[in-house]
Amino acid sequence: MTGEEIKEEILDILEAIAPDEDLTQIDDAVNFREQMELDSMDFLDIVMELRKRHRIQVPEDDYLQLANMNSTVTFLLPLMKDIQKV
Amino acid sequence: MYDTIIIGAGMSGLAAGIRLAYYEQRVCILERHTTIGGLNSFYRMGGRDYDVGLHALTNFTPKGTKKGPLARLLRQLRLSWDELEISPQLGSEIVFPGVRVRFDNDLDLMREEVAREFPADCDNFEQLISQIVDYDDLDESHQRLSARNRLQEILSDPLLIEILFCPLMFYGSAREHDMDWGQFSIMFRSIFMEGLGRPLAGVRLILKHLVRKFRGLGGELKLRAGVKRLQVEEGRVGSVVLENGEVIEGRRILSSAGWPETMRMCDDGQPVTSRGPGKLSFCETIATLDVQPQDLGHRSTITFFNDWEKFDWSQSEQPCDVRSGVICSPNNFDYGGELLDEGTMRITGLANFDYWNELPEREYTLEKLRWYDRMTASAVRFVPDYRSRVIDTDMFTPTTVVRFTGHEGGAIYGTPEKQFDGRTHLDNLFVCGTDQGFVGIIGSIVSGISMANMHCLRD
Repeated sequence: MTGEEIKEEILDILEAIAPDEDLTQIDDAVNFREQMELDSMDFLDIVMELRKRHRIQVPEDDYLQLANMNSTVTFLLPLMKDIQKV
Repeated sequence: MYDTIIIGAGMSGLAAGIRLAYYEQRVCILERHTTIGGLNSFYRMGGRDYDVGLHALTNFTPKGTKKGPLARLLRQLRLSWDELEISPQLGSEIVFPGVRVRFDNDLDLMREEVAREFPADCDNFEQLISQIVDYDDLDESHQRLSARNRLQEILSDPLLIEILFCPLMFYGSAREHDMDWGQFSIMFRSIFMEGLGRPLAGVRLILKHLVRKFRGLGGELKLRAGVKRLQVEEGRVGSVVLENGEVIEGRRILSSAGWPETMRMCDDGQPVTSRGPGKLSFCETIATLDVQPQDLGHRSTITFFNDWEKFDWSQSEQPCDVRSGVICSPNNFDYGGELLDEGTMRITGLANFDYWNELPEREYTLEKLRWYDRMTASAVRFVPDYRSRVIDTDMFTPTTVVRFTGHEGGAIYGTPEKQFDGRTHLDNLFVCGTDQGFVGIIGSIVSGISMANMHCLRD
């Protein structure tokens, strides 16, 4: 997956986690927690969705890398580069 | 071999099951009873639908709200706000001798009421609210302080303290006479700052959504599958033996059966410890009317009443304590123009488990009739007298609670000492539900979700 495809995938996951949320206004540089008021349970869900959909394991120490869209894409790029977008 | 076996198909067990099944675990929920729901269930009798437990959902926040327990559980269970079809209350009240404090889902009404009835405590009440807003659920250092001491420091009128305790204790205190400050703050927010609501179809709508979701994700639900014992081997539960002799295995067990009840299932002779079952149980009368309560002049959703200046939250010395109670009319929610077919008035009051438990069957039936009348006579001092409009009745007692939930002593709110981290003496056995954390529908669902997340998902 390219960075752009990973971003789409993350948006898809966020939509599954928070169906009532308007995701069109997400600012890639601002923390999810501030924009969407995600809590620690939601971050666990991002990690679990990545595991469920792509068999990617994110160790608990790396949860901080998922703070905003830019950092998430940067973190996931090496882990997901060999995954084909479905 | 299951990944997780869950004991109990109540709100917490079903919520935990959804979380785990969603993330592809093999999950089985074991329910001893013939139907789901546990403390929050429903039944049909004489052609009428009844709810058990539910008066109202707490923590009602409008669609689009991002914070708070309701928003959190919807996200975690992948439910949309609309699916639960929760309608807000019309407005409720707390009535003590000479004082009536009304509240609804906008805290400003309660502010005005307190300012009018307790002008000297007007500023103090604001201070209390700000302390509750600042209370951090995750900071355990303040959790177990006495709420009564805290309130006495902030408020000057002892009557106001009793008035605030009355609804919060009725809706969730397993402890007699007092509450933990943490629990008080969480309950205050959930009832007075967020609010009360109810689906038109009652609790069955919520349970049906949960079960459908759980099964749709591949979860298994076994009814009439009571657990006889948990076989312990080397500090772990090895297998689960059912009442019917069947043996099933799971890598871990999450039990919503209650703390003492779960300890008793373990066959390693684990002492149940001093943490005995709670002592607070209830009787409830349900009257069906041939008229909408509003047509009798009754608009209140919930009326909490107490007929003397102290509020006594302790095990009842009488079969039922008729000095105080909760009167709920499920008709009095804003269902957007729709009406329930018939009027309903429910009265809940403290009751003595031992008394009801020791009655021979014939006397039990007669006593139910006697106390139905006494509870109703007490309640109609505070709401319009609806007795001439009653077309059907039902009543439950503490022994009914035991029969349907397995909670010892009919303790609706479980043991007074909660096991907040959900751990037990065994590595792969955890508890959720009433004895883990918070009570009520929302509290139980959040308990199931958080224990599943904490103990069953990360490996």
